[in-house]
Amino acid sequence: MLIRRKPDMLPSEITPRDSYRDRRRFMRGAVALGAAAAVGAGGLLLEPRRAHAGAKLSGLKKSPLSVVEELTPYKDITTYNNYYEFGTDKTDPSEEAHTLKTRPWAIAVEGEVKKPKTFDIDELLKLAALEERIYRMRCVEGWSMVIPWVGYPLHELAKRVEPTAKAKFVEFVTLADKDQMPGVRMPILKWPYTEGLRMDEAMHPLTILCLGLYGEVLPNQNGAPVRVVVPWKYGFKSGKSIVKIRFVEQQPQTTWNLAQPREYGFYSNVNPEVDHPRWSQARERRIGEFLKRPTLMFNGYGDQVASLYAGMDLKKNF
Amino acid sequence: MALANPKPSMVKWIKAAAFAACLMPLASLAWRGLHHGLGANPIEYITRSTGWWTLSFLLITLLVTPLRRWSGWNWLLRLRRMLGLYAFFYACLHFTTYVWLDQFFDLHSIVKDVIKRPFITIGFAAFVLLIPLAGTSTNAMVRRLGAKRWQLLHRLVYLIATCGAIHFWWLVKKDITEPLSFAILLAALLGARLAFLVRRRQPAAAPVRARSQAI
Repeated sequence: MLIRRKPDMLPSEITPRDSYRDRRRFMRGAVALGAAAAVGAGGLLLEPRRAHAGAKLSGLKKSPLSVVEELTPYKDITTYNNYYEFGTDKTDPSEEAHTLKTRPWAIAVEGEVKKPKTFDIDELLKLAALEERIYRMRCVEGWSMVIPWVGYPLHELAKRVEPTAKAKFVEFVTLADKDQMPGVRMPILKWPYTEGLRMDEAMHPLTILCLGLYGEVLPNQNGAPVRVVVPWKYGFKSGKSIVKIRFVEQQPQTTWNLAQPREYGFYSNVNPEVDHPRWSQARERRIGEFLKRPTLMFNGYGDQVASLYAGMDLKKNF
Repeated sequence: MALANPKPSMVKWIKAAAFAACLMPLASLAWRGLHHGLGANPIEYITRSTGWWTLSFLLITLLVTPLRRWSGWNWLLRLRRMLGLYAFFYACLHFTTYVWLDQFFDLHSIVKDVIKRPFITIGFAAFVLLIPLAGTSTNAMVRRLGAKRWQLLHRLVYLIATCGAIHFWWLVKKDITEPLSFAILLAALLGARLAFLVRRRQPAAAPVRARSQAI
């Protein structure tokens, strides 16, 4: 590194006044240009993303299973998503999911059932009375929301197909179409996205087949047109855009568990006492709030679900 | 290959323009903050952004010497201190965001994180190592340490940048595209220095052979 001692000034080194003024004008211009460029670029980046106003779902029943908490704004629920089929940034799904075709749509329900059947989306919308279920949603990453879902208990669908005694688990398969989903063209995860529940978890009154959000049909980025919601587990357990539901004997292989078995277990119950190997799960950021809040056991649904895990070591069965 | 060096007066302009340019990431964050452009999880956005820029400025700083050697533009060296200090500046913003906005000065929680979370441990280590480098960046400090000791201390930047790259790698859930890109660029910049060192050693062999042939 060159260190120069301050030399005595030579008269020839004194900046002529005109050059001095020219340079100041240049600098002012350059800064103005830079600022204008930043503002212009910023304006482009912040194009307001129109929240897609979906079709209204009417006649919704209120549910005693809903929580009474401040709802997360629609804008946040629909622009902050993990849906890797459409990209891995939080804003990717809302920007890219417009290519998802949600009609025609059907869920094939099969496996250890007496009456396997493919249910078309209109059948699903009328299968049982649609309820408003306001649930807490806790992401494994450490943030959470309160979301007013629309749907009905999954057991309503199950009783139509009559699972046999061999059905010990339920597997949920998400659409994985390279043409509609840019993320599927890359092996970010093993596609199709697959999740699973134990039979008693799937038949629990809290587990819903979900068809809407904020009184409207699901936006694409939230898992349209039909998904599952299991509120006492980390959000990735609630599969989106379901095309197949299988009742099976063996515990299904789930996508995140396959990707990183040490970090994402089959159960993935929200548990502040069991940390993720790389970060703590003791606290969470409720979207919209400034301070973090303590994470609740089973995401606050302990009264309803703790009995499902009586006697289980939740550190081993994470 | 040697390109013509600009006049010292021109270099001052370039330095001033670069100074302003280096503030753009912060200006952009501030602008977004005022216009609800930080998304649903602003603290996460700010943390990610300041971290990304810290790593980027570290890489830009490391680019100066290989670029100078390759182009013959020795004036680039006059930018290096500013670029390095900007890396430290964004590192301070990143650290402050974590301590204040993310953890809200919960010292117990922070200490636990630093001890138990490997990605935070290594990130914290990188930040701590940057402090003496920032502190000895002045001309007076260079004179006090002497060129040799100063250069030895500032070679720590190789370790700091590596820790920073690992910190980023260890925090992403699955998509390692960005951390991998940083790692590759860092490897290239460190590799360039290694190549230069190796090439500098070789000419010493040739003169000896020539002399013995002449005899």
